[in-house]
Amino acid sequence: MFDSLSDRLGGVFDKLRGRGALKEQDVRDAMREVRIALLEADVALPVVRRFVDRVTEKAIGQSVLRSVTPGQQVVKIVNDELIETLGGDVTPELDLAASPPVVIMMVGLQGSGKTTSTAKISKLLKDKQGKKVMMASLDVNRPAAQEQLKVLGEQTGVATLPIIAGQQPTEIATRAMQAAKLQAVDVLMLDTAGRLHVDQQLMDEMKAVAAIATPRETLLVVDSLTGQDAVNVAQSFAGEVDLTGVVLTRMDGDARGGAALSMRAVTGKPIKFAGTGEKMDAIEVFHPSRVANRILGMGDIVSMVEKA
Amino acid sequence: RKTSERLSGNLAGIVGGNRLTDAQLDDLEDALIISDLGPRAAARIRERLAEERFERDADERAIMEVVAREIADILRPVAKPLDIVAFPRPQVILTIGVNGSGKTTTIAKLAHLFQEQDYAVMLAAGDTFRAAAIGQLAVWAERLDVPIVKGPEGGDPASVVFDAVKDATEDGTDVLIVDTAGRLQNKRELMDELAKIRRVLGRLNPAAPHDVVLVLDATNGQNALAQIETFKEVAGVTGLVMTKLDGTARGGVLVAAAEQYGLPIHAIGVGEKIDDLRPFDPDLVARVIAGIA
Ligand SMILES: Nc1nc2c(ncn2[C@@H]2O[C@H](COP(=O)(O)OP(=O)(O)OP(=O)(O)O)[C@@H](O)[C@H]2O)c(=O)[nH]1
Ligand SMILES: Nc1nc2c(ncn2[C@@H]2O[C@H](COP(=O)(O)OP(=O)(O)OP(=O)(O)O)[C@@H](O)[C@H]2O)c(=O)[nH]1
Ligand SMILES: [Mg+2]
Ligand SMILES: [Mg+2]
Repeated sequence: MFDSLSDRLGGVFDKLRGRGALKEQDVRDAMREVRIALLEADVALPVVRRFVDRVTEKAIGQSVLRSVTPGQQVVKIVNDELIETLGGDVTPELDLAASPPVVIMMVGLQGSGKTTSTAKISKLLKDKQGKKVMMASLDVNRPAAQEQLKVLGEQTGVATLPIIAGQQPTEIATRAMQAAKLQAVDVLMLDTAGRLHVDQQLMDEMKAVAAIATPRETLLVVDSLTGQDAVNVAQSFAGEVDLTGVVLTRMDGDARGGAALSMRAVTGKPIKFAGTGEKMDAIEVFHPSRVANRILGMGDIVSMVEKA
Repeated sequence: RKTSERLSGNLAGIVGGNRLTDAQLDDLEDALIISDLGPRAAARIRERLAEERFERDADERAIMEVVAREIADILRPVAKPLDIVAFPRPQVILTIGVNGSGKTTTIAKLAHLFQEQDYAVMLAAGDTFRAAAIGQLAVWAERLDVPIVKGPEGGDPASVVFDAVKDATEDGTDVLIVDTAGRLQNKRELMDELAKIRRVLGRLNPAAPHDVVLVLDATNGQNALAQIETFKEVAGVTGLVMTKLDGTARGGVLVAAAEQYGLPIHAIGVGEKIDDLRPFDPDLVARVIAGIA
């Protein structure tokens, strides 16, 4: 299903590339295909619109149409603009420049991968940066959610806050802060319960936790399989807490991952990590260029252009 | 919101003709795309609407009603509850899907539903992989007061499900619902494991699993189609449940799924609680997708 699309896109770009001269209409036809590619990759519609407008404007510029290889230029503009929209080729680091314990709070929809990512990032900080890390689960909703983090702590060798049944998230946050201070922890990772962006009660709870723990980083954990709802999710979470970045999970799947583009465009915050599996070391820094190719489903085409 | 605003703006501009203008059709198509129908299914529905004749004073609502009707026509044939009919008992329901889609929670909700219908239910903790997955299902089993068959964490899921079929058969249980670990459909090895679980289920009772339910997350976009495609091929999916329709995701991908695969849709999940499972009502879901419910 997706292959035929990338074939089709390839065909359009081949046609563009093979031509000496290009008319504005040729560019617009190509952009229609790009639009479909983006939508099938689940890039959010408002983001698609803006993107296509911007690229069209650049591509019908006189210098492009009159150049020797206009088709290639258009392909390059699409690719470059995608990478740019995804955050450019810089690698955003976690900001840990605060007095310890530096708090990192993980938030997001149900099942997006918060708990798993909490443990992965903790392991990364411990192993790669030699930090003393503690994890605490504030999830009192989902059955066995706190046990899940505890097991992951045992697997990764990261300390977890002891579980006390019956405590509310804000109480756990307060206790976690105290324990982290007492034990001279460098980084305190707070895993929270999944919540829908329309659930005001749970959104308020998240804000109350943030007020207690004053996180240096608040990371929105998003499933790369997310569809058009990405815009609502990004806007709502960004409207409630000061997001500092995004973690995109399940990048090991075969989804095109258009949510990456939507997230970045809507929140303006960098994608700091990509989750690439269920194992504790399956986490990577986010590579905009790889994801750009994936969104268009045309990695080979882009490399062809770059070679030419 | 914006789409509908623009839509009524455009509608105000109709003077003669009782077909929709291109601008109106564009807006309708956009509204469908925002509901996750995907560009192709949206374009197909647009074509059908282009043929439609409207009252001269049709407002936005009237037009969206027609959209909902078109969608309901597509969804109606696939609406089919999960009935307990297997003889001999138990009816074995295998639950599968990608990570975090809502399998375990849906199992608890289904168990509750079947209990209310006076069936004896048993659960099998076939996810031995994810941290505390067994514990999660065990908490639900305890709350529901239904028996659960489980093995050690990290153990072989196939042996757990084998034991479960044996126990459920001996106990005269009506329904055995099997949980499995989440897996992305492009993971060859994990998909093979699923095929193996399926085979083992059939060893004691050749008719098992009677149902293979794929749990889809409504917030997922077009990848849901790839999920259906591969899980169907590897594990013989017999029906779908869509979860997380209590948010703003509209699950429009079900329209494309119904057109392409025609698999029964059994129920929808609308929350995290035990009674947050609803029968799949095609007319209601169609209205949600059209944005008028
Ligand atoms: N393949 C893959 N699976 C992942 C990844 N990240 C998380 N998972 C899996 O996704 C499922 C849900 O992950 P969790 O970490 O429990 O998600 P959560 O957001 O904490 O879920 P709730 O607390 O229920 O809201 C689990 O089966 C994880 O193993 C990833 O990057 N790739
Ligand atoms: N809002 C909402 N949340 C749901 C629904 N169904 C499940 N959830 C939540 O989604 C998260 C994941 O659900 P699980 O049942 O653990 O999903 P799973 O598919 O078993 O996950 P893995 O076993 O890790 O692959 C949990 O936080 C559930 O409470 C639903 O219909 N609505
Ligand atoms: Mg969690
Ligand atoms: Mg589960």
